[in-house]
Amino acid sequence: MTPLLEIDAITAGYGGSPVLHEVGLAIPQGAIVALLGANGAGKTTLLRTISGLVAPASGRVVLDGRDLSSVSVEDRSRSGLAQVPEGRSVVAELTVDENLRLGGLWRFDRRQLTAAVDEIYDLFEPLSRRRAASGHQLSGGERQMLALGRAIIARPRMLLLDEPSLGLAPRVVAQILGVLRRLRDDTGLTVLLAEQNVTSALAIADHGVVLSLGSVVADRPAAELLSDGALRHAYLGF
Amino acid sequence: MSVESELSGRGASAADSVRASATGMGVGTPSSAASVARASTTGRRRTRLLGTALVLTALAIGGTFLLDPYRNYQLALVAAYFCATAGLSLLIGLTGQLSLGHAALMAVGGYGYAITANALTDAGVDGVARFALAILAALGASGLVGLLLGLAAARLRGPYLAGVTLALVIALPAVTAVFSGALGGDQGLQIAYDDVPPALATIIAVEQWQAWVAIGAAAVVVTVLSGIRSGVLGLRMRAVRDDEVAARLNGVRAGRVKVFAFTVSAVAAGAGGAVLCFVTQSVSPGAYTLAFSLLLVVAVVIGGLGSMLGALLGSVVIVLLPWLIGTLTGAMDLPADLTQRLSGNLPVLVFGALLIVVTLLWPAGIRGALPARLSLRRRVSPAASSPPTPAPPTTAPEQPTQE
Repeated sequence: MTPLLEIDAITAGYGGSPVLHEVGLAIPQGAIVALLGANGAGKTTLLRTISGLVAPASGRVVLDGRDLSSVSVEDRSRSGLAQVPEGRSVVAELTVDENLRLGGLWRFDRRQLTAAVDEIYDLFEPLSRRRAASGHQLSGGERQMLALGRAIIARPRMLLLDEPSLGLAPRVVAQILGVLRRLRDDTGLTVLLAEQNVTSALAIADHGVVLSLGSVVADRPAAELLSDGALRHAYLGF
Repeated sequence: MSVESELSGRGASAADSVRASATGMGVGTPSSAASVARASTTGRRRTRLLGTALVLTALAIGGTFLLDPYRNYQLALVAAYFCATAGLSLLIGLTGQLSLGHAALMAVGGYGYAITANALTDAGVDGVARFALAILAALGASGLVGLLLGLAAARLRGPYLAGVTLALVIALPAVTAVFSGALGGDQGLQIAYDDVPPALATIIAVEQWQAWVAIGAAAVVVTVLSGIRSGVLGLRMRAVRDDEVAARLNGVRAGRVKVFAFTVSAVAAGAGGAVLCFVTQSVSPGAYTLAFSLLLVVAVVIGGLGSMLGALLGSVVIVLLPWLIGTLTGAMDLPADLTQRLSGNLPVLVFGALLIVVTLLWPAGIRGALPARLSLRRRVSPAASSPPTPAPPTTAPEQPTQE
């Protein structure tokens, strides 16, 4: 399969201290790839580098054949790359409705945007009952749904998700991951899912990538990762 | 067509299956009627905004018939300051950019107006044409300076931005001194007297005419700013203010939003300066001091940040409080030397005290103390007005996530 996203020997970090060391990945169109690893492995840094929030010291990020090295965060988003950061990053002072509209402002005219927002309400029905609530009034699950809804409203091709299960009840995690899998199955959305909840992530992923101390130590089909006891024990802690 | 089916170009069935999974309630029904209704809500909001602006402007103009000439002069001052405070309130309240130099931007508008009006007078142009061209020049000049400041502002935050704008207002007297040939030095510039148009000369006095012009200018400025505030630009501004990273990840060009906000705010301040020049027939650096610039910030905080009504209340306070204090101290029969010492100082003290009291009692400003209906707060659209429901227990209590 043709890779939609290629990460080519990325070295990146903060303040001159590299966190990632020549990380390379190729994510096929329509795949769900779980990015696994312990705290400090570099999962969040890798996602932030892909979305442009962290500038790499070397290496390239290529989306659908286009080198994104000189493309701003905003323009990466407009190129079809969406990210839901860790902590859900809902704009707390905006209402649910405004948060969703924000996600599609650049893509739609007013009427299309209203219809697209309604589609998200259809997708995440609990949000439709909280349209006028501010971001800070939402529960953790609602915030995660809102963050995900805002990310997909502009119909991205590639979705980056950072720890979507963090602090959520298992029922909500299952619901959100179920939506991801269905979106992939039905629309071809490609997903890179950074997650510490290994079993949940690998349950929906086609492929798993394990990061340790900023380097890729395993890049295999999800089923293989789950069945490799030594690897699980060494890097994933179970 | 749904989000999902548009993504893939497939039919609606795929999207429906996603909805069914997500909601657990079967296939969702795309609410196209609700979509159309909410889209038309925006049109109604615009109509309501224009209607409100027309009614309030007509009331203000009608009110000038009830006032004596000095009160009409004060009303014109309120309108001129309202232009500047409305722009400043939008800038600070919606984008979180603190400007301490808006007096300098008012001065740019005032000088732009005066220079152009004098040039047109020399060319034999007067009346409405002179006013219109001069105010356009004022808006252009203040917009240009605002654009340059905005480009810097997009890269600066908090105290650094405040410092840059502060430097602008501090530098103003020096600039007028260096370019005294064009700007008149400390004395500033005087412009030709604008009399009442002949058609109205038998009906109203000149102070009333000036109040009309000032009210009209403020109405245009504030209507435009209100439209920006309640539209998509306002949404982008609030997103950038609250979470710039989230805004950028959603395709909002945060830098452009900040530059735009600064430019629009500068144009509003320039309009205020131009109107003030029209009313007082002069512009000088002494009218745009650092104290006045800080007073503008205090006014928008006292009135209510981010609110047009708050900006109006702040402008009223700027104009009426010194006059009220002067009237009271005059009536108290104080010794002459004490009256002289209090003059100019007491209003500053009262402004400071008022700021503390208002922020303690009403963090949202005087506007926050008013009943919601009176304060013209933005109403939630019908589609978004469902009452908040208790949040379902979707957050796990202290759940370990490490597998």
